[in-house]
Amino acid sequence: MLRYTVRRLLGAIPTLLILIALAFFMIRAAPGGPFDAERALLPEIEQNLRAVYHLDEPLYLQFLRYLGGLLQGDFGPSFQYRDFTVTELIMAGFPVSLRIGGLAMLLALAVGVTVGSIAALRQNTRIDYSVMSVSMTGISIPNFVMAPMLVLVFAVYLGWLPAGGLGDGSFANLVLPVISLALPQIAYISRLTRGSMIEVLRSNFIRTARAQGLPERKILLRHALKPALLPVVSYLGPATAAVITGSVVIEQIFSIPGLGRFFVQGALNRDYTLVMGVVVFYGTLIVVFNLLVDLAYAWLDPKVKYA
Amino acid sequence: MSADLAETAVPESSSGRSLWVDAWRTLRRNRAAVVSAIVIAVMAVLVAIGPFLSPYAYDFTDWSNLSTGPNLATGHVFGTDTLGRDLFVRTLIGGRISLMVGIVATFVSLVIGISYGATAGYFGGRIDHIMMRIVDILYAMPFMFFVILLMVLFGRNIVLIFVAIGAINWLDMARIVRGQTLTLKHREFVEAAEAQGVATFAIIRRHIVPNLLGVVAVYVTLTIPQVILVESFLSFLGLGVQEPMTSWGALVKDGSEEMESAAWMLIFPAVFLATTLFCFNFVGDGLRDALDPKDRS
Repeated sequence: MLRYTVRRLLGAIPTLLILIALAFFMIRAAPGGPFDAERALLPEIEQNLRAVYHLDEPLYLQFLRYLGGLLQGDFGPSFQYRDFTVTELIMAGFPVSLRIGGLAMLLALAVGVTVGSIAALRQNTRIDYSVMSVSMTGISIPNFVMAPMLVLVFAVYLGWLPAGGLGDGSFANLVLPVISLALPQIAYISRLTRGSMIEVLRSNFIRTARAQGLPERKILLRHALKPALLPVVSYLGPATAAVITGSVVIEQIFSIPGLGRFFVQGALNRDYTLVMGVVVFYGTLIVVFNLLVDLAYAWLDPKVKYA
Repeated sequence: MSADLAETAVPESSSGRSLWVDAWRTLRRNRAAVVSAIVIAVMAVLVAIGPFLSPYAYDFTDWSNLSTGPNLATGHVFGTDTLGRDLFVRTLIGGRISLMVGIVATFVSLVIGISYGATAGYFGGRIDHIMMRIVDILYAMPFMFFVILLMVLFGRNIVLIFVAIGAINWLDMARIVRGQTLTLKHREFVEAAEAQGVATFAIIRRHIVPNLLGVVAVYVTLTIPQVILVESFLSFLGLGVQEPMTSWGALVKDGSEEMESAAWMLIFPAVFLATTLFCFNFVGDGLRDALDPKDRS
């Protein structure tokens, strides 16, 4: 297990390097520089600016400098918000995004697994069919369509919940963003759980448990749930990526001052360093999370050999 | 039912039941998939010829009807947006863009994915190992962010959207095709071709690729809605198609900004988008059931 862990950790390094290099060189390949925005600068001033940001050095040196900065948690200065570094902006936005994304993941797991298991236990009944068609709808309706619809119903027509903003971060402000972020994942996880649960319930060890006269509740919780959850565990990696991507639009819709909103603002303002910083930050997060999921999977599934 | 019986009574030897005949039969029995396919076809026709049936152009401003609700008398059956543009025509024009992106970008990913996957799978060994390792690494990348980065850097033009989305979507296709190729390449007909000295790429093209089509067909129908979704996502963020051109994502964005005063601006495009995605998913599911060799009885 230790060897497997170490090997996977080492394997993540080239992935991260490629991620950073892709983002870095893509930005450098783009037409236009960061200073040719509003009005033309005097050549001397532009020269000085380029020197300050080390833009006059050879490309590979700039890349190494950026890498070195990243290792120390320094994402460089923001080109738009002159008074902040990108690191400061990320640290300001990320906790907000983390709270909403984390809650959405927990909600998706809890509801998805429960609903999926119920559908599997009642396979081919009316309950099963309705759960599955509802979840198909959940998969088909993108969250940027679902979110405004929810706002329309619960905030505008019914007036039960605030339409946007974080306010003081109270529960009511979180309900709609978290639900709209979680819904597609609930749909996905419930379908996954249903499928694997049906397969597990047909397997021999469950039949044995039944033959021994164990109560159904115990069979389900003690024996069936763990193997049935394996596909869900391996889906957690893509799910995290989806929730992070989703949070970009959700934060936009609900005007939540999270990292996703900074990202979109940065993208629209052509704030290259900020955009690159967020790509690298979220990319790293996704890579690390995938790694953790793989390790958890190896630990949970006795069939995976980790030599 | 009796027609079914009559058909099965024909001796197998007279004509082999091909995969496609079988699949077609299974698919026809799946009512949800058939209805969805019809809805998609209707949607495609509507989007293609609908705009010609309306007296309004998609970028025409009707100053006497700014932001009015659905109204048959004025001919604005879906109402107008805040700039007085006819929402019915805009929804259809937006649908053209969304469907076109869906099909073209899927085609791009199809071409890359099949050639990459078939090559890796057929050559095997070290080449396969390296090629698949590259796919693994690319898999870990946060693609949505890279597409956004691309849009920011190189401007928001529609060709780039096609290419960018297609270029990120080929990974799954490459993996599936490679797996299928690995099982195909040891089959007798491939050995026979090899024994006859057929050139490698000719074998891939003539013997491997046609046998991949079943898997690919399933995957294509599931990729199209994904791609439409990505494009809508970008347009929603304001990074996709640019005004006055529009797509369903852009319309949903406009609608979500005006929904308190003009709910129809949100509801019509949202319903069109969701219906299309829904139907593609159903057809994809149906095709998978029909073409999955595991289920054959």
